[in-house]
Amino acid sequence: MKVDVLFFAVLREAAGTSCQNVDAPAGATAGDLARRVLDTLPSIPRSLPVSIAVNEEFVEPDYPLHDGDTVAVIPPVSGG
Amino acid sequence: MATPQPEPAHSAITREPIDARAVIARVQGDANGAVITFAGIVRNHNGGRSVDGITYECYHAMAERVLDAVVADARERFEVRATAVHRVGDLTVGDVSLFVAVASAHRAEAFAATEYIVAQIKRRVPIWKKEHYCDGESGWVGS
Repeated sequence: MKVDVLFFAVLREAAGTSCQNVDAPAGATAGDLARRVLDTLPSIPRSLPVSIAVNEEFVEPDYPLHDGDTVAVIPPVSGG
Repeated sequence: MATPQPEPAHSAITREPIDARAVIARVQGDANGAVITFAGIVRNHNGGRSVDGITYECYHAMAERVLDAVVADARERFEVRATAVHRVGDLTVGDVSLFVAVASAHRAEAFAATEYIVAQIKRRVPIWKKEHYCDGESGWVGS
C-alpha cells in the first residue's frame, strides 16, 4: 500500500522534505512506519519522543494503516 | 443557574498579527460578567540565551482541529465561552503568538478555563517553534 508521510519542524529539516509517498507492507502499523522513517534520519536521536497522527488524528503505535492514509510523524510540540 | 453557553466562531491558526479586540468580542455576551484573556508573547530570552525571534510552524489542518477540540473541552468542563488564535510564521520579540479569550458569568470558571486551554495547547496542538538566538544560531524547542 502507498501512504503519504508528513514531516514537520526538526524532522522536516532532517528529511529535507515535508512530504514523501512511501510503500508500506500490508498490515503495517503507524508505529512500524514511524520507526522505519526515523531510521532513515541519522541526525535524529533515537531518544526523540515522537507522536503519530493518521489523517489528522493522534493514534497509538499499533494503529493499522490503510492504503492512501496520511501519516504525520510529530516531534515534541512547542506551541504557545 | 447553569445555562449552556452559545458557541462562538471557531478558533484559528493565522499568519497575520492577532487582533485581540476582535477575539475578545467573539466571547463577550450580556450573561457574562467576566472576560479573562491570555496573550503569549515572544520574549527576549530562553534557557539563558538571548532570543531575537521565533519561527512558528504548524500542521495547519490538524492544528486547527486540535485547537477547536481543546476549546470545546474547556467549554464543556467550565461552562464558558472561549476562543483561541495562534499565530505562525516569523515573529519577533514582543509579538503576540497566542491569544486566548474566555468569558463566563463569574470569574472563577474563566480563570480556570484559561489556564486549562493554554496548558492543553502547549501539550496537544501540532505547532513547533524554532528560536533564533542573538549569536546567529537557532534551534527547535524540545527537539
